[in-house]
Amino acid sequence: MGLAIDVSYFLAAALFILGLKRMSSPVTARAGIVWAGAGMVVATLITFLTPDMHNYGWMTLAIAIGGGLAWYSGKKVSMTDMPQMIAIYNGMGGGAAAAIAAVELMGGEFHSSTFQVLAVIGALIGSVAFSGSMVAFAKLQGLMKRSLVFPGQQLFNLLVFGGALMFGFMLMGAEQAGGFSILIFFGLALLFGILMTLPIGGADMPVVISLYNALTGLAVAFEGFVLSNAAMIIAGTVVGSAGTLLTQLMAKAMNRSLSNVLFSGFGSGAASSAEQGAEEGTMKEIDATDAAVMMAYADKVIIVPGYGMAVAQAQHKVWEFARFLEERGVTVKFAIHPVAGRMPGHMNVLLAEAGVPYDKIYDLDEINNEFPQADVALVIGANDVVNPVARSNPDSPIYGMPILDADKARNVICVKRGKGKGFSGVENALFFLDNTRMLYGDGQDVAGKLIAELKQL
Amino acid sequence: MIEGFTALYIFMLAGFTGYEVISRVPVILHTPLMSGSNFVHGIVLVGAMVALGHAETDMEILIGFIGVMLGAGNAVGGYVVTERMLEMFKSSKEAK
Repeated sequence: MGLAIDVSYFLAAALFILGLKRMSSPVTARAGIVWAGAGMVVATLITFLTPDMHNYGWMTLAIAIGGGLAWYSGKKVSMTDMPQMIAIYNGMGGGAAAAIAAVELMGGEFHSSTFQVLAVIGALIGSVAFSGSMVAFAKLQGLMKRSLVFPGQQLFNLLVFGGALMFGFMLMGAEQAGGFSILIFFGLALLFGILMTLPIGGADMPVVISLYNALTGLAVAFEGFVLSNAAMIIAGTVVGSAGTLLTQLMAKAMNRSLSNVLFSGFGSGAASSAEQGAEEGTMKEIDATDAAVMMAYADKVIIVPGYGMAVAQAQHKVWEFARFLEERGVTVKFAIHPVAGRMPGHMNVLLAEAGVPYDKIYDLDEINNEFPQADVALVIGANDVVNPVARSNPDSPIYGMPILDADKARNVICVKRGKGKGFSGVENALFFLDNTRMLYGDGQDVAGKLIAELKQL
Repeated sequence: MIEGFTALYIFMLAGFTGYEVISRVPVILHTPLMSGSNFVHGIVLVGAMVALGHAETDMEILIGFIGVMLGAGNAVGGYVVTERMLEMFKSSKEAK
């Protein structure tokens, strides 16, 4: 039986890696997740045959409850809410890793010091990933609006972390770990995860979720060492390193270093103190009729969608509008900023949901030099990612962030609900340019009107 | 127990593998990919099952039970949302 289990875990690990590999191209991505899924099924089923186990009833019940709830919520969640859903599933993984450590530590047998050390480190990381992800979920879901910042916060967090470490060391050395110190250890570790996430603003949350994803991977790998489970070690480590790389890519796309994200709330540092001077010039309005005509007779239109479009659920209408334009012979391309939406690639998912083929969607590096040749850049619900201030004003909090050069198009039409500022609270210089026209209204209504106008031409 | 240096070798090689596999991923797939890697660490379910399987006291069984529940949630939820997202990616040819 031991051999069958080893072979199955080996197979599962191989399927995970091949699956992730296939997920790296849109053509094979769908097959990738199916492969990885097959690996998971094989590994789970064979685990029931592990020798010397009991509590099968509880085990089956727990899988049914946890799996059932996750299945239901995963099928139901809307694409716009995907980031927080990923956060919650990720937190569950971290919690599971911490639970494994708790059971093993309470088991009372002192295996070896390596064993104890790995179990405790895995427990610490897993607990932080668990409670941190739950806070991230609450923030993105809008359950927790404000970032909690208080004086001496970092020192306090450090103390909590130090406390968790101290009890962790005690557990590592203890021949027989006391229930009380285990409890305090997990309490402090969970508290630290919450405290660490509280001051971080919603805009930075994707980076944090990605970081917790990597951390959970590591925790799983450590607990894999404890249980001598090669599948857990390999899968956990692969996710740990892949997640770290992904986190760096995201932080880079937002022009923020990881330490900056973790240790200073957005806008709480020098950023907010540098009060933005009012932008020169005025915003000029355009109505739907003129906008439709302008685009209908253009050669090339680049659409820049932002999270505002997704909130208005306008992606279907926008794609319908784009197809009308294409029928008239206009070249239409979609330009997506790496952080459009709530996390890198989120906007691609939302557009895919509306049926936009992925080969019409271009990312920043591919499209930026095409803006000068575009007759119209249609900006829908995007703000900070097209703000030319990021190129020109060193005092701006978003200075240096790579942006889409929508301002270089011959004409810019910005669809916007009102005159307010963007997510970061920074005034957008794009709206005041001579070649920019504002088209006020809800994204979906505006797209509907544009379609109606096109039909009449 | 997988012994000292063997464990370290596995750790190192798996680490490089993860880095390499992800480094060629286009931005458009970042969200599904994060979700997909999130699913992969759902393998923690297996460990939680073993921990629950060896649990003796009521407290251990309770914590093991919670662990298995959370692990199953991670695996199943991660799969469902990743699959839903990837299913939607189509090229112009496929989209008729």
